[in-house]
Amino acid sequence: MALPVRAFDAVIVGGGGSGLRAALELARAGIRVAVLSKVFPTRSHTVAAQGGVAASLGNIDDDNWHWHMYDTVKGSDYLGDQDAIEFMCRNANEVVYELEHFGMPFDRLDGGKIYQRPFGGHMREYGKSPVPRACAAADRTGHALLHTLYQANLKSGTQFFVEWMALDIIRDRDGTVLGVSALELETGEVMILQAKATVFATGGAGRIFSASTNAFINTGDGLGMAARAGIPLQDMEFWQFHPTGVAGAGVLITEGVRGEGGYLLNKNGERFMERYAPNAKDLASRDIVSRAMATEIKEGRGAGKDGDCILLKLDHLGEETISRRLPGIREIAKKFANVDPVKDPIPVVPTCHYQMGGIPTNYHGQVVVPKSGNPESVVPGFYAVGECSCVSVHGANRLGCNSLLDLLVFGKSAGKKAIEVLREDGTAHRDLPKDAGEPTRSRLARLDGQKNGERVAEVGAEMRRVMQLHCGVFRFPDLLVDGVMKIKEVAGRAAKTEIQDKSRTFNTARVEALELDNLVETAVASLVSAEARKESRGSHDRADYPKRDDANWIKHSLWYKEGNRIEYKPVHTKPLTVDGFEPKARVY
Amino acid sequence: MRFSIYRYNPEADDRPRMQHYDIALEPTDRMLLDALVRIKAHDDTLAFRRSCREGVCGSDGMNINGKNGLACITRVAELKEPVEIRPLPGLPVVRDLIVDMSQFFKQYQSVKPYLVNHEPPPEKERLQSPADREELNGLYECILCACCTTACPSFWWNPDKFVGPAGLLQAYRFIADTRDQSTGERLDDLEDPYRLFRCHSIMNCVDVCPKGLNPTRAIGKIKELLVKRIV
Repeated sequence: MALPVRAFDAVIVGGGGSGLRAALELARAGIRVAVLSKVFPTRSHTVAAQGGVAASLGNIDDDNWHWHMYDTVKGSDYLGDQDAIEFMCRNANEVVYELEHFGMPFDRLDGGKIYQRPFGGHMREYGKSPVPRACAAADRTGHALLHTLYQANLKSGTQFFVEWMALDIIRDRDGTVLGVSALELETGEVMILQAKATVFATGGAGRIFSASTNAFINTGDGLGMAARAGIPLQDMEFWQFHPTGVAGAGVLITEGVRGEGGYLLNKNGERFMERYAPNAKDLASRDIVSRAMATEIKEGRGAGKDGDCILLKLDHLGEETISRRLPGIREIAKKFANVDPVKDPIPVVPTCHYQMGGIPTNYHGQVVVPKSGNPESVVPGFYAVGECSCVSVHGANRLGCNSLLDLLVFGKSAGKKAIEVLREDGTAHRDLPKDAGEPTRSRLARLDGQKNGERVAEVGAEMRRVMQLHCGVFRFPDLLVDGVMKIKEVAGRAAKTEIQDKSRTFNTARVEALELDNLVETAVASLVSAEARKESRGSHDRADYPKRDDANWIKHSLWYKEGNRIEYKPVHTKPLTVDGFEPKARVY
Repeated sequence: MRFSIYRYNPEADDRPRMQHYDIALEPTDRMLLDALVRIKAHDDTLAFRRSCREGVCGSDGMNINGKNGLACITRVAELKEPVEIRPLPGLPVVRDLIVDMSQFFKQYQSVKPYLVNHEPPPEKERLQSPADREELNGLYECILCACCTTACPSFWWNPDKFVGPAGLLQAYRFIADTRDQSTGERLDDLEDPYRLFRCHSIMNCVDVCPKGLNPTRAIGKIKELLVKRIV
């Protein structure tokens, strides 16, 4: 029995910042677009971004896109594609101004311009000293941005499928992507949403780790779907550990705290970042700060009764600044750390935060895969934007505030590209393959019929434990090798999970089982890619290969589910219009 | 710890029931949501919404010991046992703690919650003074969790006609925005015995808002503007 089909010009999977920005571009061009979201759009994880969106507006100090580009290339530890980075930094001001025009409630400076604050790794004059580049709405920038984009989409009449979960990609024999199969949570109905352009904006998979700043919904759904459809995942060894997650709770404390003048202390009350990054200090990039913190803890200088955290001090900023610029942080610290930061420091630890890797794309958001000798052949009909994608602008380490920028710039450019392709290719939908939806039906049937399987919660906990132990801030050869074996074993167990709940109506047990399928693909990709990369670069730090190896490893990893194998492809070292930045030692 | 949780699955149950759970919490289970996740690990048929687990996404609004709130920022140790958990009141129940929020979002959308400005956008940002921007504080932070609206008796009585506190808070968010040019139309739309004036300042909304916002004050400001317009 075939699944029911609904057809659209464009289907966007995911209602976070990148999906909504892409949807807006398409809807405003009069394209029939449907946005599918697992949660009501404003519940997407973009809502949790705090500190700001990077753009060299220069509202406080001199700034320009080329400095921003340099910082981003350097921040990426020279693994970012410089054409895409140039594209992002050059377009930053425009997308931020547009957002303001949509109604974004940015904080303001005297004189009425958008408020900007310093952020980690954002410097003036090619690394000289910190520059205020983060455009902020207090410490709720993601919330303000996501609501603004949702509101703009309401105005433009975008059609939403709320609480629908995409399950699998539909491809025809040529490999063209023709849409997705999807589950409507409320009714349990499964359907095919057919599209001439399918845009993935499904976010990251930060929930593969035990200690994560990420929302429960960040289960790498787009990555799992892509992997099952034969599309490789790029640079999955690179996971960002944010320096300041609340110890024990994982909840994010923005880098904006340090941007406003807060700093980190070890148990001796020492401002230790001065030793690790004499110039930028607490505003060095996140990989550097997280490693410094982990080193302090490892060497016995951690704070707290078990010596396992670091203290984030901000009381010297004063109650007025904290209430005005960091009100959300004060709320979180009181709720999750039992401290009022106006008086006491917040205990923090490096916590999994962001996935630099993802579905490989070019800077138009088009998904690209190696084919007949071309490392970047476009997959027709398929786009990916935001955290689920790997353009790659973040390379081996993302700079703070570049993620909100990424989703605006590439959400928009993917939308534009899709419009262009739709206009060229005319109006007809390609035929769906006869067996479209079959893999989805068999996954669902397997789950409903499973006997003597394990609980989803147990397998999920084991996956997170393996990732945390084997693929964390510091990586060790034996743990990586062992980790690959263990995560494959977890993947085997995930294929045999059993749920008690077999009902149709809003079956969240089924959703969690399907999400685990996606998480596990991501976890396997990450560990296998990490084990294979024999160097240290950005967030990937190996004890046995402590140095960056530019001669052999300036290349992107591509992990394929089929055969669990890795291939590599070149990094774009040539920007669009300017000279490339040559790799050099990374000092902050 | 003992919990009593509202259960209803339309496929299996004629009517809702309360189900008891006794579970041993771990020291890391600080918030009510942690406890619910632990219960679900034992009984996967229990359905509830959750996402950010830090009080910013608005997914897990529910009625906790008689008062609406977010499970993820409600400290479980401070709750009286048995902890009685029900879905948000005043909306149809889809299943267990999951309510159908269509009516709530319809009212939100009815206030045209987006900036209207008819002038062509400038090359850079529209300027706004810090003082004017300050007017949006206490308004834009709403997370649409529906705790306020579903605690409001006026909404219970007239969910199709009364906008409710969350929607009105957003209506005022745009009225208060110096960049918005639609204040007249917005006020026209609200000058209605039901849409705005069903608010009788009972202030349940203020009492339950997990973000500490004050919809009653925003509603009062809209009423003031309507009066000013007449005199």
